Amino acid sequence: MLTMMSKYKKPTPPSTDTRWKLLEATMRRHGYKASSLIECLHTVQEAFGYLDEEAMRYIAYSLRVPLSKVYGVATFYHFFTLKPQGRHTCVVCTGTACYIKGAGNLIAAIQKKYNVEPGETSPDGEVSLLTARCFGCCGLAPAAVIDGEVAGKLTPEEIIERIEKKVKGHDSQS
Amino acid sequence: MTLNPEDLEQIAQARRDEEAQYRHRICVCMAAGCLSSGADKVKEALERVIKERGSEKEILVKPVGCLGPCAAGPLVTIDIDGVIYHDVKPEDAEDIIASLDKKPVKRLTMNTDVPLFQRQMRIVLENSGKINPESLEDYVAHNGYAALFKVISEMSPAEVIDEVTRSGLRGRGGAGYPTGLKWSTVAKARGPRKFVICNADEGDPGAFMDRSVLESDPHRVLEGMAIAAYAVGADMGYLYVRAEYPLAVKRLKQAIKQAERSGFLGNNICGSTFSFNVDIRLGAGAFVCGEETALIASVEGNRGQPRPRPPYPAESGLWGCPTLINNVETFANIAPIIRNGGEWFASIGTEKSKGTKVFALAGRVVNTGLIEVPMGITLREIIFGIGGGIPDGKRFKAVQTGGPSGGCIPEQFLDMPVDYESLASVGSIMGSGGMIVMDETSCMVDVAKFFMEFCMTESCGKCVPCRVGTVHMYNILDRMTKGLARMEDLELLEELCEMVRHTSLCGLGQTAPNPVISTLRYFRDEYLAHIQDKRCPAGVCQMAEAEVYA
Repeated sequence: MLTMMSKYKKPTPPSTDTRWKLLEATMRRHGYKASSLIECLHTVQEAFGYLDEEAMRYIAYSLRVPLSKVYGVATFYHFFTLKPQGRHTCVVCTGTACYIKGAGNLIAAIQKKYNVEPGETSPDGEVSLLTARCFGCCGLAPAAVIDGEVAGKLTPEEIIERIEKKVKGHDSQS
Repeated sequence: MTLNPEDLEQIAQARRDEEAQYRHRICVCMAAGCLSSGADKVKEALERVIKERGSEKEILVKPVGCLGPCAAGPLVTIDIDGVIYHDVKPEDAEDIIASLDKKPVKRLTMNTDVPLFQRQMRIVLENSGKINPESLEDYVAHNGYAALFKVISEMSPAEVIDEVTRSGLRGRGGAGYPTGLKWSTVAKARGPRKFVICNADEGDPGAFMDRSVLESDPHRVLEGMAIAAYAVGADMGYLYVRAEYPLAVKRLKQAIKQAERSGFLGNNICGSTFSFNVDIRLGAGAFVCGEETALIASVEGNRGQPRPRPPYPAESGLWGCPTLINNVETFANIAPIIRNGGEWFASIGTEKSKGTKVFALAGRVVNTGLIEVPMGITLREIIFGIGGGIPDGKRFKAVQTGGPSGGCIPEQFLDMPVDYESLASVGSIMGSGGMIVMDETSCMVDVAKFFMEFCMTESCGKCVPCRVGTVHMYNILDRMTKGLARMEDLELLEELCEMVRHTSLCGLGQTAPNPVISTLRYFRDEYLAHIQDKRCPAGVCQMAEAEVYA
C-alpha cells in the first residue's frame, strides 16, 4: 500500500489556462475526496462552459477515481454538457406551467428560425437551444433564460426578437 | 464567541433602532420572479430618486424576499404591511416617492382586500417579503435564532423531539411521514456520526416553494437544521440544492457564512458543547435525486441512483451513518413550532394534517404565485377564491397536484378539503406543493403524455419496470395523441400502469403511472375520443391523416 501511495504523482493541469486554478481550489477545499466529484464537475462547467475529455481525465487522476466513473456521473446528470455551447444560449423552460401555457410553440419557433434541435447548437455556432425542467418562475410562464437573463410571459415572436437582439449585438461588437 | 439571550436582543434592538430612524421603508421584492421582471432596475431607480431629493436619511429602500403574487411583479410595498404596488417600472419611482405621506399612487396599487391576501395564513412565509434575506440582523430582529437559543439553553434533545411530535408536523416533501417519528428514529439509531440533510432538490416541474423560502428566508432553514441536529445528535449537515437556482445558492452561502461568524453555526454554538456545521452540495438536474437514497448517493459524489430500503437512511444513510433527511419547508416550520409550542401548531389544520402548506399556484389561473394556506381549506377556495378563478372566461377542467407523481383532480372534488388523506383518496398526492390549474383548452391525454415523457427521461435506469415500462407507456400515449392508437392499446396501458406501480424500486417508478391512472379515471371519454373518433376534444393534439392510419 505504501509503495503504491508513493508512486502516485499529483497530475499537473492540462494547460496553463488560469481557469484550472478554480478547479484546483475546489478540489483542495474538499481535500481531494472522491465525494467532491460533482462539485468539481460544476466548477469546470462554470469556468469552461462544458466538460471535455481532458478535464474529466484531470479530475479522475486528481481525485483518484476511475475515468469511467467520472464519465458516468457527468452523463447521468442533465445539468452537465459534454459539448461546447454556441455564442448564445437560450434555455426554454418545459415545466408543467410553461407547457400548459405554450412552451412548445416557443421551441418550435426557435427550431424553425435557427435550424437547431433542442440540445444542439445551430450550424453557424450562434445559438444553442436547450430545455430545462423548471426554473421555478412558473408565475411568469412561459419562461426562457437567454444568455443568463430570465424572460417571462413570452410569445414566439418575442423570444425570436430577444434572441435576434443578442445575435445582432454580438455582431456589432466584433 | 459566546452569545446569551441579551446579546440576541441587543442585535435585534440595534436593527430595529436603525430602521426606526427612517420615516419610510420601501420594500422591493428581490426574489427570482420579480428580479426577472426587472426589480433590480426599480430598486436602482428608487434609490436614484431618493438621492436626487436628498432624503437618504428619511427613506430606506430595502430588498426583501418573495411577496407571493409573482406574475404581478415587480412588487413594491411601502412601510411593511402597507400599500402594495404591482407591475412597477423604473419610471414609476418618481411618483412613488412623491406619494409618500400622501395618497398612494392609484394606478399601481394592488387591492389587498381580496381573498388572495385575506385567506392566507403565513407561518413558513411569515418573514418572506418583510426581511432582507441577505441580513442576519434583520432575521434576528424578527425572532430569528430565538428558537435555536431556547433549544440549546433550556431543552434536552428528547424534549425537542417531543415538542415536534406534539405539533403533528408531517414531512412537507410530499409523502407526509410524521416528522417527530423520523427524528426519534434517527436519535435512537447508533452510529459513529450522524448527519442532517436538507432536501432542496425541488425537481417537480411547476413547484417553486422551496426556492422562494431559500431565497427569502435562508436563515430560517439553517435554524431548523441546527435544531434538528441538536435533537438527533448530528454534527454535520448538508444542504442539497438544485444548481438551477443560482440565487438561492448564493443567498444560502452568504447566510451560512454570516451564521458561522455570529456563532449560530460552527463549533460550540452559543457557548454550549453542541457543534454543527453546514455545507452546500449542488444538485445537477436529476429529478430522481429527490428520493432520499438517491440524494444520499449524489451527496457522496455518485450517480443519483436509489437503492432498496430498508435499511432506511435513518439507520444507514450518508456513508453508512444514521441520517435525517427533511424537506426545506419541513425545516422552515421548526423554529415557529419551538417558539410557540407544539400545541399552537397542532391547533391549525385538520385532524391528521396539521399546520399550513405552501402551494405554488400556476397554470390557467388569474393570480399565479406563492400562497400559504391552512390545511383543510378546499380546492375551490384556493383556485377560485385566492387564485381568482380562470382567466378569459374559460371553464375549469382539472387541477394537477403533486407534479409527475401526482394526479389530476376534476371539478366534482373541488369542495374537498386539502390534506394528505383526502388528496390520496382521489388518486393524487399532496406532493411538494405544485398546483397547476388547467382549463378546457388543455387536453388530458396530452397532459398525461407530458408527465410520462418527464418520468421516462428522468428514470435513472436502475430497475427494469421503470426504465422500460415508462418508455412503453409513453409510446402508447404518443400514438393516442396522434390518433394512431387502437382499443387494445388502452388495455395494455392500464396493465402497464399496474405493473410499473407495483414492481418499481423507488418512488419515481411507483408513482410514474399516477397521472395516467387519474386522468383515465376521470377523463376516460377523452381517451376514447382520441382512440375511436381520432379527435382531440380540446383541440390540442395534431391528429395524423386518416389514410396513414388505414
